[in-house]
Amino acid sequence: MNPPSNVVPELPEPESSVPAAIARTRPFYWSVRRELWENRFVSLGPVVVAAVILIAFLINAIHLAGRPGAVLELHIPNQPNPIEQPYAIAAILIVVSGLLVGAFYCVEALHRERVDRSIVFWKSLPVSDVTTVLSKAAIPLVVLPLLVAGVIVVTHLGMLLLNLLVRLASGAGLVALRAQTPLVELWIALLYGVAALALWYAPIYGWLLLVSGWARRAVFLWASLPLIAVSILEKIAFSTSYFASFLGYRFSGWWPEAFRSQRPCCVPHPLRTLAPGTLLSAPGLWIGLAIAAIFLAGAARLRRHNGPI
Amino acid sequence: MACIEAHGLRKVFGATVALEGVDLCVERGRILGLIGPNGAGKTTVLNAIAGLIPYEGELKVLGRDPWAERELLTRDVAFMADVAVMPRWLRVSQALDYVAGVHPRFERAKAEAFLEKTGVRPSSKIQDLSKGMVAQLHLALVMAVDAKVLVLDEPTLGLDILYRKQFYDSLLNDYFDRSRTIILTTHEVAEIQHVITDIMFIDAGRIVFRSTMEELDSRFVELTVHPEQLGAARTLRPIHERQILGRTFLLFDGIDLDRLAALGEPRTPGIADLFVAVIGQAAGQAQGAGR
Repeated sequence: MNPPSNVVPELPEPESSVPAAIARTRPFYWSVRRELWENRFVSLGPVVVAAVILIAFLINAIHLAGRPGAVLELHIPNQPNPIEQPYAIAAILIVVSGLLVGAFYCVEALHRERVDRSIVFWKSLPVSDVTTVLSKAAIPLVVLPLLVAGVIVVTHLGMLLLNLLVRLASGAGLVALRAQTPLVELWIALLYGVAALALWYAPIYGWLLLVSGWARRAVFLWASLPLIAVSILEKIAFSTSYFASFLGYRFSGWWPEAFRSQRPCCVPHPLRTLAPGTLLSAPGLWIGLAIAAIFLAGAARLRRHNGPI
Repeated sequence: MACIEAHGLRKVFGATVALEGVDLCVERGRILGLIGPNGAGKTTVLNAIAGLIPYEGELKVLGRDPWAERELLTRDVAFMADVAVMPRWLRVSQALDYVAGVHPRFERAKAEAFLEKTGVRPSSKIQDLSKGMVAQLHLALVMAVDAKVLVLDEPTLGLDILYRKQFYDSLLNDYFDRSRTIILTTHEVAEIQHVITDIMFIDAGRIVFRSTMEELDSRFVELTVHPEQLGAARTLRPIHERQILGRTFLLFDGIDLDRLAALGEPRTPGIADLFVAVIGQAAGQAQGAGR
């Protein structure tokens, strides 16, 4: 930090520069916490979905336990194990809830503070616009993936416990519970999956944050309609659909890049389905991250100039 | 030493010129009231000082450029607008946690001690507090960061008269000392008459009048003129004349008090009267120039 030569002696520059360097991450940390205080749905959303799943699973487990042997009979080779299938479904539902929460959060993140005028208060504190935007981006990119992975693990443990209890209570054998898929490996695969998904979707979150900081109202429409319009325009004008397939690749391209053909939920060794090498060498990942960085830089710049609306 | 210094401060929003070359200089230990009609550019000046908007011209706050160094300046410069800018969902304890987390100079104990006096509970959400309490909370945060410069933009907007008075009392008793500097705008000009040390009138993006309060008291006199002396009083060229309930009030600039005392009852004019006179005069001059 190079203070200008005409700094008035009042500013305690020498003493404050050292703690300031140490405390650089503190505004970021507190800004992330601030986001979680304001947006309770970020932490509650996946938890509520998990609770609903557990209740549904309890009912289902009681139902299955009432029919001993049904589980084994239903087992068909190369098809998802009926015991493991709920685990996969639970994981998918929680991941999807996390995606929805993340998208909804981003749409509001830089818009609401302008509508309720609180941006004036936040900007009166020593937190830079870059720190603020990064803390907001950290919610869908870091906080939600970790939360989703954690909630899935807890949900799986809960399901396992329920399964166990119901089976013991009903006197059914525990044979079917010796799952084909080791859960710990599955969890590692899941953590990898949500991380890959977050990185792959980074430009989508970045785009939503950018529009959230730009639009005066109807953020979601401004974020989505232009993309649809460009796709339709291209289709009608040139009879091509490069833009639509580019968008499609952004939404679903992560799966074939991050995993081998098999689904990690239903194989004996889930870790063998991971393809981190393919993912990390996919240009789509790095181009996406670069675009996300541009969008976030744009959002920070917009916020610097933004005031209440 | 000047804490806030502006030369030729100019701001244009699209086709609207909000500030047309504002010069100002606020010394340390002063409380400047910036008074002007709606849309005169008051908030624009304060926003520029708080680093919230870019501008043309030269502006230094504590020797720094607020737009380029907002983050650094906010350690020493506190900004308060009306209570509506406080996030409604925030709890008092969270506000303290957050400011303590991001502000290197925040003294939490100081804020808590002040809040204890005001009856604001830490567990309350801002939306559940009265506007007066929200203003006290914001003031508690400002006092606890030990800000050298405080920028107040309509801080008492929407508060009832008791809370407005309480706000200025707290400001003067608990925050202000001669090492701090305050610049404030308000529509309730009468309330700040005895708060401010300096005054500026701004109209259509220009500073049209500036004075210290001491100078104001010695320079301007409002005369409740005796009806038979009206002609004589008018020859002394009052800057403003108004009639209320059949009585005539004349406002004089720089006329000897003894001469005026012979013509009626002199008194120190209120800021509001002076404001009307000066802004009216400026408008008249502008019209004259236009012709």
